[in-house]
Amino acid sequence: MDTRTNNVSLGDLQGIVGEANAREASGTDTIDGVQPSFVAEPGSVENLSALMKFANDAGLTVSPRGGGTSTALGNPPRDIDLVVSTARMNEVIEHVPGDQVVRAGAGLKLRDLQERLAGSDQMLAVDPPERGAGATVGGVVASNSSGPRRYRYGTIRDLIIGITVVLPDGTVAKAGGKVVKNVAGYDLGKLFTGSLGTLGVIANANFRLHPRPEAARTVAVELADTATAGQAVQTVMHSQLVPSAVELHWGEGAKLLTILVEGIPPAVEAQAETANHLLKGFGETRTLSDEEADNLGPLSPPGGPGAGDEVSLKISFPPAELTGVLDSTLGACSRKGLDVPRMTGQAATGIVYAGLSGGDEDGLVAVTEELREIWVRRGGSVVVREAPVSFKGRVEVWGPMGTRLELTRRLKEKFDPRGIMNPGRFVGGI
Amino acid sequence: MASRQLIDRMTDILGPEGVISEREQLRAYECDGLMNYRVIPEIVVLPESAEHVQQIVRYCYDEGIPFVARGSGTGLSGGALPVESGVLIVLSRMRKIIEVDIPNQRVVVEPGVINIWVSQAVADDGYYYAPDPASQIVSSIGGNLAENSGGVHCLKYGFTTNHVMGAEIVLPDGTMVNVGGGMAPDAPGYELLGAFVGSEGTLGIATKITLRIVRKPQAVKTLLAAFKDTEEAGDAVSGIIGSGIVPAAIEMMDALCIEAVETAVHPGFPQAGAVLIVELDGPEAEVSSQFDQTIKICEEANASEIRIAEDDEERALFWKGRKAAFAAMGRIANDYYVQDAVVPRTELGAVLKRINQLGEEYEMRVANVFHAGDGNLHPLVLYDNDNPGEAEKAEDLAGRIVMTCLEHGGSLTGEHGIGRDKMKYMPKMFTDEDMDTMQLLRCAFDPHHICNPGKIFPTPRLCGERPGPFHMHPVQKAGLAENF
Repeated sequence: MDTRTNNVSLGDLQGIVGEANAREASGTDTIDGVQPSFVAEPGSVENLSALMKFANDAGLTVSPRGGGTSTALGNPPRDIDLVVSTARMNEVIEHVPGDQVVRAGAGLKLRDLQERLAGSDQMLAVDPPERGAGATVGGVVASNSSGPRRYRYGTIRDLIIGITVVLPDGTVAKAGGKVVKNVAGYDLGKLFTGSLGTLGVIANANFRLHPRPEAARTVAVELADTATAGQAVQTVMHSQLVPSAVELHWGEGAKLLTILVEGIPPAVEAQAETANHLLKGFGETRTLSDEEADNLGPLSPPGGPGAGDEVSLKISFPPAELTGVLDSTLGACSRKGLDVPRMTGQAATGIVYAGLSGGDEDGLVAVTEELREIWVRRGGSVVVREAPVSFKGRVEVWGPMGTRLELTRRLKEKFDPRGIMNPGRFVGGI
Repeated sequence: MASRQLIDRMTDILGPEGVISEREQLRAYECDGLMNYRVIPEIVVLPESAEHVQQIVRYCYDEGIPFVARGSGTGLSGGALPVESGVLIVLSRMRKIIEVDIPNQRVVVEPGVINIWVSQAVADDGYYYAPDPASQIVSSIGGNLAENSGGVHCLKYGFTTNHVMGAEIVLPDGTMVNVGGGMAPDAPGYELLGAFVGSEGTLGIATKITLRIVRKPQAVKTLLAAFKDTEEAGDAVSGIIGSGIVPAAIEMMDALCIEAVETAVHPGFPQAGAVLIVELDGPEAEVSSQFDQTIKICEEANASEIRIAEDDEERALFWKGRKAAFAAMGRIANDYYVQDAVVPRTELGAVLKRINQLGEEYEMRVANVFHAGDGNLHPLVLYDNDNPGEAEKAEDLAGRIVMTCLEHGGSLTGEHGIGRDKMKYMPKMFTDEDMDTMQLLRCAFDPHHICNPGKIFPTPRLCGERPGPFHMHPVQKAGLAENF
């Protein structure tokens, strides 16, 4: 018996994207326990547009998917009929090295893009942890995922210069362009950054590129306690050092702050020396080998792919309050009978990812709520990056939206009036 | 003449000193930095607080009166051009620096605060505010935010949108929202701040703005190189960028421009077909190595002369010459039309050649000064308003230039905005679907279309959400919008 959803059959979708490019969904397509009916892979912008128009007219709920590496992010969906995968829209559409810009299909894997750009000694200056697991450029934009180098280069929202999107009704719209400096029209590229597939499907995007650094060096300092961590980070922030990353690694074993400096070899030498000099008052310092730096796990922060924590949180805070964030997290976990949490993050930016495990679900919920209460009050946020469905049933993953809620709803209503895009997953239940 | 009721209500809110309704005084506000469009507003109001702004906007919303926000009025695309029968909200009395937070590298300001004040406030702590539009000694942060202002150092450090971390906004219905994280990064939800910055005053009024400040670099080195023509200077630019150097700034001026600034501010520029100003900053070791490389690249591109700024004073002189470029045109022409367009860097040579051809075709002089590193051109079309028809001819030529940039894959504007000036060109860069999609954003923020109407979009849409019998919207009656 054929699967039929809203009177739509697999054949209807195959008629649009081709027989080989639509299938019935399987268990691996499940999102937070919600099983979609179909998966379709359009091969072009026009094809994607036809598919979306069909889905919208038929009232199918849609979840766009790139590499599927951030599907743990968000509240459980209310309903998903159709997964729209961008896997076939994976071309480098245009790369002019002299202009240091690239236009790429949303389904292009970030690591494939980087490999291609390396041939011109260039890079897209983002390093989200999901890149190793096959994150796509569209997915990185939709989830605004970021990594250590954001300290120097910003996040994808700072590097996106143009976008083509397909709205739920099939409308194809673009904004921005292929020049870095451009203020013509509204910046829809930024609006779609982090919108988690709730406004439409990203078809392709243009990015500003950077030269690949010739050399890199990581200097680490062993930290005695949380107060030292805060002081060391402040010292780096207010120095004239220009690090690419200032990362904290805190857990049962290591208590490290690492400073990544990149650039031309003589400058990297000099900066590493300065970093060493700045940090040695805070603990034992050493220069890490590339292998050691990799083993610190830049690809598996709490909540990253395969990290294995029960619940992981992203805590955003004013960067001067790092010590307070570490203390409050350690304290809450200890009081609620959880293990010592694993914490990593962009310490000088004001981001710590905390992986919670041990104890029972009541404890996990209590710690999350306590931290959220503290850090929202202090101007930050606590987002649940990854958690079991039962946990998500008890804790809304994004936290309060404050005065932005009404405007957020109006925006969603304008772009997706029938509410078919990832319903229930994003902030405020939209 | 404003209605008695409007004057009374505004006076209730602001007191008599915050309200201007005499026609002669209103005239001072009839245009911004783009002087070929002029509209006298119904009334000008000068709020002193966010609450004032909120009360004014709420009244406008309730009464269906359009309003326009204005900072220092230095915008070059008519973004702060008043609306006839509308309220002009001038934010120049909201000039407090609310908070300087060095540990978090943030400064919180009111919208009327002047750009340069932010750098001055944190200079002693070794910090500065990076976006530096040429207008920075007069333009306001609120205006910078509305226009997503650039500046000569944005090649390396980014634009206003990369430095604004949060804003308190009065929406067009009078509600107040906080967007962006402010002190903390990554506020959950839509990137409302990113959508708001650069929206040219059409989505609401920012009443409190949180800025990121940047540590002053360890070393700064600046050189000025002279070339036979813009083509050779362009080769040097390509060489520098292609070598992997990210200069803090890289600016080009052509012969006509050099002549004008020499006459106006005497920076002592060499007589040449083109000059480049290249500035590198950052860690000492990096700057000195890359500076040597830059000199070599300029020499290889046949630079006839290279001057290195020996100290801050000489560096300031180089920049004085560059930043005076627009105003200096007054010394070699009665009038000039400032264009702002962008091309991919690799298209610079071809586009400059075409601009020269166009100038010859029109028999008009065009001076070129531009941010060469990011392909942002500012051709200045010189004319004489006393000669009948010349102003129109200059505008026409400027239009041809911007179309040339579009044909080469560029943009209508790099930093001055669309405003009123370039509305008519929007359909050349964007399809109806593109613009209708952008206006979905507008409809979410400003459903009644009262916030800076008649800007950006040549065919504005109403949002069609008033239930009940159809009434023609005042903006529609005035021919400023059609139904969506």
